Amino acid sequence: MASLTRVNLRLSKRLPASLKTLSPVARNYTTSSGDSSTTLQNKPSDPSEPITLKLHEDSFKSYLCDVPSLEVQITKDELLQMYKQMQTMRRMEMAADALYKAKLIRGFCHLAIGQEAVSVGLEHGITKDDRVITAYRCHPFAVLRGGTIAGVIGELLGRQIGMSHGKGGSMHIFTPSFFGGNGIVGAQVPVGAGVSFAQKYKGEKNCTFAMYGDGASNQGQVFEAFNMAKLWNLPTVFVCENNKYGMGTSAARSSSNTEYFTRGDKIPGLQVNGMDIIATKRAVEFARNWTVNEEKGPLLLEFVTYRYGGHSMSDPGTTYRTREEVQRMRSTQDPIRGLQKYIEEWGVAGEQELKQLDKDAKAEVDKAVEEAKASPEPKIKDLWTDIYYKGTEPPRMRGREREEVHVY
Amino acid sequence: MSLLKPSPRLQKLIAASVSRTSRPNSTAASPPPPDGSLPSVATSAILRTKRETALRTPGIVWADEDASAPSRIIVGGRETRKMNTYQAIRDAMSIALAKDENAVIFGEDVAFGGVFRCTMGLAEEFGKERVFNTPLTEQGIAGFGIGLALMGHTAIAEIQFADYIFPAFDQIVNEAAKIRYRSGGTYNAGGLTIRTPTMSVGHGGLYHSQSPEGFFMGATGLKVVIPRSPIQAKGLLLSSIRDPNPVIFMEPKILYRSAVEQVPVDDYELPLGKAETLIPGSDLTLLTWGTPVYHCETALHLLDAPPPELESVVPKSLRGTKVELIDLRSILPWDVETVVESVNRTGRLVIVHEAGMTAGVGAEISAEIQKRCFLKLQAPVRRVTGWDLPVALQYEKFHIPDTIRVLDAIMETMSY
Repeated sequence: MASLTRVNLRLSKRLPASLKTLSPVARNYTTSSGDSSTTLQNKPSDPSEPITLKLHEDSFKSYLCDVPSLEVQITKDELLQMYKQMQTMRRMEMAADALYKAKLIRGFCHLAIGQEAVSVGLEHGITKDDRVITAYRCHPFAVLRGGTIAGVIGELLGRQIGMSHGKGGSMHIFTPSFFGGNGIVGAQVPVGAGVSFAQKYKGEKNCTFAMYGDGASNQGQVFEAFNMAKLWNLPTVFVCENNKYGMGTSAARSSSNTEYFTRGDKIPGLQVNGMDIIATKRAVEFARNWTVNEEKGPLLLEFVTYRYGGHSMSDPGTTYRTREEVQRMRSTQDPIRGLQKYIEEWGVAGEQELKQLDKDAKAEVDKAVEEAKASPEPKIKDLWTDIYYKGTEPPRMRGREREEVHVY
Repeated sequence: MSLLKPSPRLQKLIAASVSRTSRPNSTAASPPPPDGSLPSVATSAILRTKRETALRTPGIVWADEDASAPSRIIVGGRETRKMNTYQAIRDAMSIALAKDENAVIFGEDVAFGGVFRCTMGLAEEFGKERVFNTPLTEQGIAGFGIGLALMGHTAIAEIQFADYIFPAFDQIVNEAAKIRYRSGGTYNAGGLTIRTPTMSVGHGGLYHSQSPEGFFMGATGLKVVIPRSPIQAKGLLLSSIRDPNPVIFMEPKILYRSAVEQVPVDDYELPLGKAETLIPGSDLTLLTWGTPVYHCETALHLLDAPPPELESVVPKSLRGTKVELIDLRSILPWDVETVVESVNRTGRLVIVHEAGMTAGVGAEISAEIQKRCFLKLQAPVRRVTGWDLPVALQYEKFHIPDTIRVLDAIMETMSY
C-alpha cells in the first residue's frame, strides 16, 4: 500500500494545473446523522405504538424518480434491534480483525466496519424471501440473512463449522436467500439479474438486491446486467455501496461519473445517506415497493457510506486518505453512534439500556468466536467433495501432491 | 517455423494428394471423389443412417425406461427420423422444454432460430418467455444463466460462436465451475448448459473457426462435451441439460448440416465422460473428437487401400494396420480408462484435434498416457493438431489437421 502514496504523488506532479484543482475533489456527500437532522414528529405514550420520524431532506437524491417520503414510522423495538444488530456486526468484524492479527485467520479478509447501516438497514427493509448477492464485505449480510456469527467466524478460520465448511473463506459465505460474497467484483451483478429473472419467471413477489462497490461499478458486466434488467423489466435492485474508495483509489480517480445512482441510463436511481440506518431502511422499502409491488423494473440505489478500516487486512487504509478524514467520519458520521444519539434524544431508551445491548452484543460475539475456534478443521475427504454433484464425478481427482489421487 | 515445414514423406503425400481431383479431406457434404472409394461426412460409415443401427447406438438410455431395471433393448416400437445435427439439437431442446417447465433457452438471436437454426420454431412452440433473445452480452449471458441455475432453473444458454466465449470466461471458470465448492454445497450452477458452435467451417477465419475446449480443461467443476453426429448430439445434449453440473456443449459447426443420421425420436440420453470406440483395432490408437473423426476415418481408408497416387508413399507393410478409432466425446472429465486400456493394447497413440498443439487438450492426454502406459508405448505419443497460429481465413484448410496429416502421423508412429 505504501506504493500507492508514491503513485499519487507522482500523478499529482504530472497533472496539468487545471486538473490538479479537480483531482482531489471529494464530493460533498450530505449525511445527516451527525447534525441530528432526523427529527421526532410524534411519540405516542404507548411504547408499543410506532413513533413517527421525519428524515432530513438531504437523506435522498433521485434520478428519474421521486424521492421516497421522508416520514417514517418505526417501533421502539425495531430501533433497539437495529442498534443491537449494528453493534453485533461491528463486534463480529472487530473479532475477525483480532483473529486475523493473531494469525488465526489467514488469507483475504475484508471488513465492513463503518458500513453497518447498509447491511442492517437492508435487512430491515426487505423480506425473508427476497434475495441478496454481493462481493466483498459480505460477513454481516451472511449473518443477517439466516447465517450465524459462529458460521462466519468459523468460515474465516477455515473450520468445519464455517458456513461453506471452511472451503470458502471471507468472500464465500452463503445462505438460502443470500447468494454470497464473490471474489470477482462485478461478477455477482449479472448473476443477480439472473436470480431476479427466476423470481419473475416463477411469479414470486420478491426482488433481488445485487450489490457492488464504487470500485466494481466500472466493470463492464455491471452495465451488461443493467441493460438486461431494464430490457426485461426485472425486479432487480442494483445497490452501489459507495464507500468512496475502491481499494486505494478514490471514487473521483476511478469514475468519470461519481453519481453512481445516475449510471443506469434509463434505470431510475436514488442516492441515500448510507450512514443513517433509518434512511437506508426507508430507501430499501422504497426500492422493494418499486420493483415488486409496482413492477416498474429495476432501480439503482447508491448508499453513500464509509469504511473505517483498510480495504483488506494488509492495507492500513491511511496511505490514500488522511487519518483526519477517517477520524472525522468516525466522530461525525458513525451509524451506530448516530442511532444511539437519536434513541437517547427521543427518549426511546436510556444509556443503561443501550449499554446492556452493547454488552449483549459483545457476549454473543465472544461466545461465537469460542465456538468457531473449537470447531475442527475440514476433513481431508472434503477436499474432493462439492466439486461435481455426488455420483457424477469423474472416476478420480488429483490431490494435494503429485501422486495423491482421490478415487470417487 | 520448422513446425510448418512438412517432412519429406508428408511432402510426398501432399504432392500425391493434390493431383487428385478433390482433396480427400473435405468435410463438406460434397460428392465423394469420382472413384467413390473415400468416405466423407456424407458417406461416412460411422454415421448410423438406418433405423436398426440408430436404435442400437451404444450406451443409449431411453428416458421412458427405468435405468435401474435390467437392460432390455426395445427396438420394435421406436421410431427414427432422418435429421442433420442442427435438427437433432433442436429436437433435444424441444424435449427438454416440453418435459421441464423450468427450462429456458436464451442467447443472441435464438428466438429467430439462431444463426445455425438450432432453435428454429422453439419460441413459437414454447413461448417468448422461455425462448428469448439476449443483447450482445456474452459475460452477461453466462452470469445471467448462472443466476437462473442458482435458483434451480434449467438454463440453456447459447454463445453464438465458441470464439465469442472468451468474454464469458470469468463467469464460466470462476462462477459456474466453482460455486458448488466455494459455497460448501449450498449452491450450484448444475442447471446451466452453455451451447456453442465450435471448430472450423472452412472459411470462418480468425473469430469463427476456433476450438477453445482446451481453455476449459482445467476448470474442474465444469463438464465439456463435443458430439460428432446427430444421434450423439441429441443424446449428449439431453444428458448435458439434465446433468447436475454446469456443462459446456460444443457443437462442431460444419457438422450441423453435413452429418445426417436416422435419429431416434424418443427421449434418450448418452453418457457423459465416456469415450466411444468407433473402430476396434490392435496396432494403434487414434483418438479424436468432433469434426476430425471423419478425417480420421478417411485416413484409415487411405492407409488400407491407397489410391494410385498415394501407393508409392504408403508402405505395403502398413496396409493391414489395425487402427482403433476412439471418439473422446467428453473433454472434461475425459475417459482416461478407455484410452489407457486401448493404448496398453496397441502401444501407440495418435491424438487429433483442431485446436493448436501448445497446451491443447492433446498435451494433457499425452502427459497422462505416457505416465500410465510408459512401458507399453512403442512410439512417442503423436499429436496432429492445428498450428499454434490464429486461424487465418485463406489458410484455414492448411490449418486444420486433415486426412493427409493424420495418415502421415499414423505411418510415422507405426514405423517409429
